[in-house]
Amino acid sequence: MEIAVFALFAFLAVISAIVVVSHRNPVYAVMSLVITLISLAVLFVLLGAPFIAAIQVLVYAGAILVLFLFVIMLLNVEEDAQRTRSGIFQKVTALISAALFTGILAGLFWRDTASQEVAPLTSQSISLESLAHRLFAAYLLPFEMIGLLLLAAVVAATVLAKPYSSRPRAEDP
Amino acid sequence: MTVSIFWYLLLAAILFGIGTAGALTRRNGIAIFLSIELMLSSVNLALVAYSRLIGERLGDLQAALTGQLLVFFVIAVAAAEAAVGLALFIAVFRNRRTIDVNHLNIMRW
Repeated sequence: MEIAVFALFAFLAVISAIVVVSHRNPVYAVMSLVITLISLAVLFVLLGAPFIAAIQVLVYAGAILVLFLFVIMLLNVEEDAQRTRSGIFQKVTALISAALFTGILAGLFWRDTASQEVAPLTSQSISLESLAHRLFAAYLLPFEMIGLLLLAAVVAATVLAKPYSSRPRAEDP
Repeated sequence: MTVSIFWYLLLAAILFGIGTAGALTRRNGIAIFLSIELMLSSVNLALVAYSRLIGERLGDLQAALTGQLLVFFVIAVAAAEAAVGLALFIAVFRNRRTIDVNHLNIMRW
């Protein structure tokens, strides 16, 4: 059962990831990235991380990709008259380097984990309580810093996206 | 019967490779950004898979949870990065009327 679920969603993730990088229309690319991220969330559940799976769906698929869609529709990229295509040589080189990197990484993973078997999950190992205890005790300072970082990002995004004409000039009173 | 951790890590490596190929070949700025998001979430998968394995090796549940918390922080930073990056694209598009990276070469020497 677990193998069937893993195989189905791993296949779905790879297929939709290929669509993400190859589709000409960015809106379709974002939609298939949503499929990839939801498949990864299912795999997180299989790995015993239901909290991360929920965060992945809510924050990644729900918030970040909606932001992407919003910006794509705002910019109307499809009517970009100056668009260029990458050459065949560049595509072949990129494919070779990506395949080489994947191969090296897969070899390293094989050496490290091929003989490892993991025990089935227990209700204790996926308990949210111990995760929350760790987050708000040992990792409280990083958690607060994430809050500050998000605040800084909100301010930075607001300033950057504002048109020049509506910015107050320095000599204004 | 559980799936070996290796297969999760292999899937993460494949997704990272697809994202790399996309980031190297696409010319649309937003498509490059999407490819980078794909690479980022494949690393999240590798982190969760390894945290499961480390918890198993050490026999320590807390070690497994540390990896999951790292993924939590990565997702939060990715949200901040996406907000600022997309605002940058809006600013660039407003000035240059394009986000094709071949035309964004004024900083090239």
